[in-house]
Amino acid sequence: MELTKDTIKHVAQVARLELTTEEIAKFLPQLKDILEAFSDIAKVDTNNVPPSFQPVPLQDAVRDDEPKPCLTQDQALSLTEHKQDGYFKGPKII
Amino acid sequence: MSGSMNVKQFIDEVGKKKIDPLIHIKTALQEVKKANKEFHFMNIIADEQAIKQAEVIKKNPKGKLAGLPVSIKDCIVVKGLESKAGSAILEGYKPVYDATVVQRLKDEGAIIIGKTAQDAFGFGTFSVNVGNNMEIPLNPIDKERSCGGSSGGSGAITKWASFPHISIGESTGGSIAAPAAFCGVFGLCPTYGRVSRYGLMDYASSLDKIGPMASSSYDLALSLSVIAGHDPNDATSLKEPADDYLAAIKKEVNGLKVGIIKESFGEGIDPQVSKEVKKAIEVLKKKGLGAKEISLPLVAKYGVSCYYLIAMSEASTNLAKYCGMRYGRHEKLEGNFNEYFTKVRSKHFNQETKRRIIIGTFARMAGYRDAYYIKAAKVRTKIISEYKAAFKEVDVLISPTMPIISPKFDDIKKLTPLQNYMMDIMTVGPNLAGLPHCSIPIGNVEGMPVGMMAIGDHLEEKKVLQVASVFG
Repeated sequence: MELTKDTIKHVAQVARLELTTEEIAKFLPQLKDILEAFSDIAKVDTNNVPPSFQPVPLQDAVRDDEPKPCLTQDQALSLTEHKQDGYFKGPKII
Repeated sequence: MSGSMNVKQFIDEVGKKKIDPLIHIKTALQEVKKANKEFHFMNIIADEQAIKQAEVIKKNPKGKLAGLPVSIKDCIVVKGLESKAGSAILEGYKPVYDATVVQRLKDEGAIIIGKTAQDAFGFGTFSVNVGNNMEIPLNPIDKERSCGGSSGGSGAITKWASFPHISIGESTGGSIAAPAAFCGVFGLCPTYGRVSRYGLMDYASSLDKIGPMASSSYDLALSLSVIAGHDPNDATSLKEPADDYLAAIKKEVNGLKVGIIKESFGEGIDPQVSKEVKKAIEVLKKKGLGAKEISLPLVAKYGVSCYYLIAMSEASTNLAKYCGMRYGRHEKLEGNFNEYFTKVRSKHFNQETKRRIIIGTFARMAGYRDAYYIKAAKVRTKIISEYKAAFKEVDVLISPTMPIISPKFDDIKKLTPLQNYMMDIMTVGPNLAGLPHCSIPIGNVEGMPVGMMAIGDHLEEKKVLQVASVFG
């Protein structure tokens, strides 16, 4: 498994992070060290073993679709600095 | 003032109107504020809210926790009280609702005194990975040492408080047990799904559990009886009714069988810590508990890798929502959405948060997903089976909670990130399998506390608490 500066930059971009040159230089050996150690799980025989995405089986979580009180528009917008005409105002999409 | 009164006596006295909860909370808040300047265990103290709650309870002192000061880990939302999960990116976020656990505590008369310090989003074992420009909480026994993490503030205030108090922590991979061990208090992480996660700022959704930290097994049982139980607002909440935990700790322990985890006393464990835990096991044997050795080789060998791959993968998706738009820190709206989100996240996430997001994103990417994330989820299945087989033979598994006593900050600085992660070797197993576990203060080494961990099968909090009750 080769982890390079370019891989880290690419992964960071996917995760919406911009790393400084210093951060990349610091992270590269650390992440190599971590991934090399974590790769040991390859040694476990998991043929025909299903993955567990929960520690206990998920119970039926479907509920009746009943209308209930929820946050008001004012409450939902009360914590943002960027709003206009009762809506969240976001950055440019296109 | 409550003096050296315990939680039970205090609540009884408030109920009988012999203690004025308003006067009591004012004194407690003053003490917390003063101590917090020295130990930094609180991110925010809920002055006004606490006093308002106390005024209500004074008029009507009812409830299982009437008038009791309770602190809440920063990642659990409290209505109107800044809740930032220890991260600068959530500065200024004042939730518009209470987490289910907070609501249940308030309904029983508990007074919320503030939010406790933690590693940002729970990313740490020593509470040193606090948010940018935030203070690291210090161990009240020795300020040069860590109070453990990530619920470090909860452990520290629980150890420090001379007034009756309970803290609510949260564990993903050991974040209740580790600070309980390092601070010398009791910490109970319940079965996954036993306590609602509604209102918890997720670290890793398939691993996160909310649980109490306190000075005795009674306090754990009492607070768990308040917060446990099904919640329709959390799809992973278990429907089984909660048990009578207070009745459980009154039961004799002599019928229980304990399994001593063989691998937990080997290489990498401070021999002095092992010695203390072995002494505690002798105490249990004298109480009539049967003991046998149990081997859990998969947990010991692959637990840390399996845990971190899953936890970081889930964290990297959970943290995608923090982008400077609806709450928390904002920046000037400039550039396109990619540039804006990237700017906010890069500026306000700390180093460990970035590190975990990058590993987690990598582990889920096309080409690597099967080898890391999916493989780890399969190994998790085998680890759960290994525990389930053990619980066919014994009721409770025993190990040290942490391989060492609380380290000094100077020594923590020397650790690489991987060495940091390896410190969780004892605690990741029960967390991966969603098993209830409790760190019990059982001894001291060099004046610092040692914790012993008791692990039970799913929904067997009763047995874990029974074992804890032998020690206080």
